[in-house]
Amino acid sequence: MSDERPKGRIVVQLFPALKDLTRRGLAGWVILAGATVVSLIAIMTVISPWISPYNPIDINVGPILSPPSSQHPLGTNHLGQDMLSRVYSGGAIMFQVAILSVTVCIVVGVPIGLFASYTGGYTDKVASLVMDSIYAFPGLVLAIAIAAMLGPGVVNMALSIAVVYVPSYFRIIRSQVLTIKELPYAEAARMMGATGRSTLFSYILPNVIPSIVAVATINFADAILTAAGLTFVGLGLPISTPDWGWDLTYGRRLLTSGTWWVITFPGLMVVLLALGFTLMGEGLSELFNPRLQR
Amino acid sequence: MSLRSYIIARILLTIPMIMLLLTFVFLVVRVLPGDPASLHFEKQVDPQLLLQFKRRLGLDKPLEIQYIDYLSGLLRGDFGKSMQDFSPVSQQIFSAFPATLELAIWATIIMISVGVVLGVQASRSYNSLPDHSIRVFGTASYAIPVFFLGEVMIMIFAIYLHLFPAGDRIYAGMEPTGLTIGDMHWKSGLYVMDSILEGNPEKLLMSVRYLFLPSLTLGMVLCGIFVRLTRGNMLETLQLDFVTAARARGLKERTVVYGYALRNAFLPILTMMGLQFAALLAGAVLTETTFSWPGLGRYLVDRITFRDYTAIQGVVVFFGLVVAIVSLAVDILYAYLDPRIRF
Amino acid sequence: MPLLDIQSLVVEYHTVRANVKAVDRVSLSMEKGRTLGLVGESGCGKSTLGLSTVRLVPPPGKIVRGHITLDGIDVVNCPDEEIRRVRGKRVGYIFQDPMTSLNPVKKIGDHFVEIIQTHEPEVTEEDALKRGKDMLERLGILPERIGDFPHQFSGGMRQRVMIGLALVLGPDLLIADEPTTSLDVIVEAQIIELLKELKESLGLTLILITHNIGIVAETADRVAVMYAGRIAELGETYSLFEKPLHPYTQALLNSVPNITKKGQVLSWIPGAPPDLAEPPVGCLYHPRCAYAFDRCKKEEPLLLRHDDSEVACHLYDKR
Repeated sequence: MSDERPKGRIVVQLFPALKDLTRRGLAGWVILAGATVVSLIAIMTVISPWISPYNPIDINVGPILSPPSSQHPLGTNHLGQDMLSRVYSGGAIMFQVAILSVTVCIVVGVPIGLFASYTGGYTDKVASLVMDSIYAFPGLVLAIAIAAMLGPGVVNMALSIAVVYVPSYFRIIRSQVLTIKELPYAEAARMMGATGRSTLFSYILPNVIPSIVAVATINFADAILTAAGLTFVGLGLPISTPDWGWDLTYGRRLLTSGTWWVITFPGLMVVLLALGFTLMGEGLSELFNPRLQR
Repeated sequence: MSLRSYIIARILLTIPMIMLLLTFVFLVVRVLPGDPASLHFEKQVDPQLLLQFKRRLGLDKPLEIQYIDYLSGLLRGDFGKSMQDFSPVSQQIFSAFPATLELAIWATIIMISVGVVLGVQASRSYNSLPDHSIRVFGTASYAIPVFFLGEVMIMIFAIYLHLFPAGDRIYAGMEPTGLTIGDMHWKSGLYVMDSILEGNPEKLLMSVRYLFLPSLTLGMVLCGIFVRLTRGNMLETLQLDFVTAARARGLKERTVVYGYALRNAFLPILTMMGLQFAALLAGAVLTETTFSWPGLGRYLVDRITFRDYTAIQGVVVFFGLVVAIVSLAVDILYAYLDPRIRF
Repeated sequence: MPLLDIQSLVVEYHTVRANVKAVDRVSLSMEKGRTLGLVGESGCGKSTLGLSTVRLVPPPGKIVRGHITLDGIDVVNCPDEEIRRVRGKRVGYIFQDPMTSLNPVKKIGDHFVEIIQTHEPEVTEEDALKRGKDMLERLGILPERIGDFPHQFSGGMRQRVMIGLALVLGPDLLIADEPTTSLDVIVEAQIIELLKELKESLGLTLILITHNIGIVAETADRVAVMYAGRIAELGETYSLFEKPLHPYTQALLNSVPNITKKGQVLSWIPGAPPDLAEPPVGCLYHPRCAYAFDRCKKEEPLLLRHDDSEVACHLYDKR
């Protein structure tokens, strides 16, 4: 392999990789579409401080509850906050919670999955039992229970969500490891005297990574939806932070009085973001485990 | 393996899982935050009052004793006491559960009908625009937060079009009374069934009207996986010989598709139903909140607002038990229907 | 007017890898009352050809070009309803595996009632069952067994049931796709006898698709040999067996063990059929052909007349 520095390699490989995606049929396009949506929203969130017409937290920047107009293209809410600015920056919390929970899931779930399934025996059985119990439980309910006890905050929300989704990683890694463990080249490596740990890292881990990526993308989507759900039942964050979840929750109460714009736009953003990740995840799964082609 | 040994083995497997679940909930509620009792009160509280409060709820005892009390209580059907008024949580659970059950049943009906019909349609027009649109719908529907969809439904159908009510389960005072024979009354708690038993068409219509939007919302959000599952199975089955042979006999497409091919696809759909049950309950929590549906989900959310941690514990445990039992039942049913599955 | 006329038919299977031409520019016609044997190796396209005559090629297969006229009907372009009415009533189809071709949860009687009532809705269930029973009797099965399920029959009897279902509405054309492949030799002989007898008494036009040249010799007037989606040779049975023209036909006939020839060394055709996703240039058979010369590697041979037969081979193409 060449000695290019890793950063350069990634960038150089990114564009051909993207082009390669379009050649992979429908799945490739789906991934590309999802990735585009996600990137656009991410960019929008990042540059929001520069493009927001008003500070999203400032109250009374306009008349309370005014419908979409030229000054406030997306209207204002009951506190007189500008909805457009809130939509621009409301994704930040979602991204933070999602990234944090996915990271925790991977950091916790992947090693446990690798270790337990590779070692086999009791460790595997016990770990599987624990993971299956969590997996079988209604996700949101568990997250609610944990979030309720931990209290509000980004970290706590992320942790509650992480606990719910760790089993998904565990399962997929376990099934992959069990398959790979039996494959000839893993056996060959063992016969050549490779130690358990090195087999694990150099042989099994690289093959498991595609599945992890696929699960992680879908996990992102789930994390966003669960975060919105947690906020909806009141376990979210302090009011002042701009958050689509909060707008959804408050917007609800305003609906009966005919104020539709507070809930609709943030809601659409959540849908788009979750959709983007879901499309990416589905496309990736299709790519890595193609369904039977007739 | 015979059916009986499978059932026994499966039950034996469920027991440790339930134990783990119960222990996990216990740890989360009693251990995680430190002291659920003081957490309940927002401000500082007189230590004497706090101790009395704890004593009434059994929260002053050492953790191990609390754990044993908790488990033995569950065996007796005691899900703890509410922090708000010390009333038994089980009472609330059993009065609120039928509403959730009814919602779940109807949502399942919609979920399966929409999912299967769309899946079949997609498989019949393979690789065409309808097929791709349906597939996209199947993937995308899950990405919509159920409460957002619910609000949109309310906005359109209830507020603008005035076709359906915006919330609640039925007009006050119109609850169906169920079966009455002489002095004996029996209610199932499921309004549709009860109004039929009562023989009251007005209440039946009303129950359905109130049920429609919530179950439609919940069903739509979860149907995606069924769309994809049905489509996949049908595509495989439609290739099989006896389908081609049936077509060669000139049988109508509809007969071939629904009568022959769908039969085969059915069993996996049944399993998936079992797997989706947990997701159904989770979705029900949000749906009930959105539509002010008086079920267990809304009760849970209520209790969160009141920081009633012991009640939250009771409800969460109940949810877990219901899911465990339903999974067990589905697994056994599936093994009965398909002898290949018994391990 | 031929009963069935196929002109330059092309059927492709669209897969992710490539578009595979399962049937490539095949032209064929069947006069009423004649019998055609369609032979070739597995994967040569004969089944696909059979299925195309009633537009039953399963996706991802598609009839891409060409014309098929069946008793005046344009099979390729006619509306769905029209071709559906043809199937079962004007054309009977028999498949290879009777076990998977019959609906396991339906009684035989129900199969008959279903097909009869689909095409002739006025017929009562009682009458339909009667016709079914008569048919079973004709085929050598006890009529009382009309109430049994498919799995209660042996392989040979199931195949008879299939034949019964295919013929009960009195079609003019019968297509049998490997009807005896899943049966043992003795039962095979019985079924072939049955087919011959029915053909005579009902005046059927028969297309017999098989890889077994033996049964073709017994039953067919004409034989078409297919290779890799094309027709290699087409001729009267007697001439083809006496004097096979195409090298492939010759090799096929040579590979059939002959119990009367003493000291015969079994021969076979070296190589394997081509990968239709990436077909060789020129004649598709040339990599395995003992007589291949330069032209074979570059140019595809056309199906041309030679005496009374048609053959697609440069050996006979004197242009």
